[in-house]
Amino acid sequence: MFQPELEAMPRDALEALQLARLRMALARVYANVPLYRRKFDEAGFRPEQVENLDDLKRVPFTVKDDLRSAYPYGMFAVPLRDIVRIHSSSGTTGQISVVGYTKGDLERWSELMARTFACAGAGADDVIQVTYGYGLFTGGLGAHYGSERLGALTIPVSGGNTARQVQILKDFGVTVLACTPSYALLIAETAAEMGIDVRQLPLKVGVFGAEPWSEGMRDQIEKAMGIHAIDIYGLSEVMGPGVASECLHGGGLHVFEDHFLIEVIDPETLEPVPDGELGEVVFTTLTKEGIPVIRYRTRDISRIVPGECACGRTFRKMQRVTGRTDDMLIIRGVNVYPSQIEQVLMGIPGVAPHYQIVLRKRGSMDSVEVHVEVSPDIEFDEIRGLEALQKKVEDAIAGSLAVSVGVKLVEPRSIQRSEGKAKRVLDLRAEGE
Amino acid sequence: MIEQLSVFLENEQGRLAKMCRVLGDGGFNMHALVVADTSEYGVARVICDRPHAARRALEASGFAVSVTKVIAVEIRDRPGGLAEVLELLGAAGVNVEYLYCYVRPDAAEAVDIFRVEDPAAAQGALEAAGISLVRATRIYELDAG
Repeated sequence: MFQPELEAMPRDALEALQLARLRMALARVYANVPLYRRKFDEAGFRPEQVENLDDLKRVPFTVKDDLRSAYPYGMFAVPLRDIVRIHSSSGTTGQISVVGYTKGDLERWSELMARTFACAGAGADDVIQVTYGYGLFTGGLGAHYGSERLGALTIPVSGGNTARQVQILKDFGVTVLACTPSYALLIAETAAEMGIDVRQLPLKVGVFGAEPWSEGMRDQIEKAMGIHAIDIYGLSEVMGPGVASECLHGGGLHVFEDHFLIEVIDPETLEPVPDGELGEVVFTTLTKEGIPVIRYRTRDISRIVPGECACGRTFRKMQRVTGRTDDMLIIRGVNVYPSQIEQVLMGIPGVAPHYQIVLRKRGSMDSVEVHVEVSPDIEFDEIRGLEALQKKVEDAIAGSLAVSVGVKLVEPRSIQRSEGKAKRVLDLRAEGE
Repeated sequence: MIEQLSVFLENEQGRLAKMCRVLGDGGFNMHALVVADTSEYGVARVICDRPHAARRALEASGFAVSVTKVIAVEIRDRPGGLAEVLELLGAAGVNVEYLYCYVRPDAAEAVDIFRVEDPAAAQGALEAAGISLVRATRIYELDAG
């Protein structure tokens, strides 16, 4: 642990710290950020009304559009002279939003990224290759300063030129690779083409994030590189990487709760869901000075993983982010995320994790059918076996999603593949039947 | 043992034709074909030449194919011929999953293809009654797996 006195704090002490910090953060944004003052006033909320952490529920939410409409500096809570660095969101879904950091913010961010590397088992003896892009994107510089703060030897390669990445990986005795998981796969493939077996190199762990990835991909990377692949989480609006990180025990990502409050809400009702249930992740920054965010709706889908961790950290864990609220379906009143179906399918031999959810209108009811590809290598000579397989998938989905759907087995490779984001939902409800 | 291809087919227009086209273009002559179906999909069971090469050709065209071992028995083409064989298997406790037969008008025997739970027990029971299995080479051209 990089900061055991904080990371392994007793829960009651942690909650007292959170409450004190929350009250300060709310008072600060109310005094300094017009948007928050307006929102709080409209909701009839005053920061001093917060007496315990539960009172957070009374605070209005912040959404992506709030940050965009404040472009570029409208959400800053300190004068520009106190801001020492700017980053921005990638802007792939519209106008970019700008985030500013004070000296103190950068110091804390470096500590949190040092914690992240320590979560992956790294320390001052390690050689860390930072292959996240350097620039306005938070990944490169975030990882860079965290690595230096940890005292590790830091190689600031940034992204691109994959053959050179492989050469550095090999020649510099790199032990930790920090990049996006998809780039890690490309590095592994390129190394193989160059006749270099990454499994024989000193590389022992990968710190991967900045894009959603699956357990299947983790297996693939771990096998190809002979390493532990660690999932990290962050977003520029909240800080950048270093908001949450897996430790070597897996089973979810520890949220650095002394700096960030996490809530999981139902994106329809906006009410918190019980621990363990999926919903939209909402973050409140407790210590950010430049651009604090209050109840920021990330649109990321996750859940709190209940239980203690063997690593000794007392921070609660969130499950790997499995999708976006934009993908959510409401089926007969139940929120369903396509990624939940993928998870169910991963656990059933005989079907491939390729599926499509087909929505149709039958009278006034929505009918839902999940098309699932049979795995090309199963023994399916008998109809009985196929019917049993179909039933098994239906039961598993009903058990996991609490909603029953029809399952149709389809031929391998019959569901359209996509280069980027797979189209998982086919909505024919407008067409009638 | 006979090696039969089982091909998963969605109930969609043209899928069976497509399967036959792939086999035809590859020069795999079919000797028997039967389709078992539900409302949504079916399984085509095919006995054809060079079944392993045929399987690869079908898979390359996107079909899901398994190779299933079945047994073939020649039965005199007369009333009661099949009943006798089934009674024999029943008495030996051999469960028949499914069967289909093909009859050639110019032959005195029909060939019945059986899928059984325990092929070795079936073979033993049949041979004890003086019925021998049809060798694969008599039906189709073999190839290596």
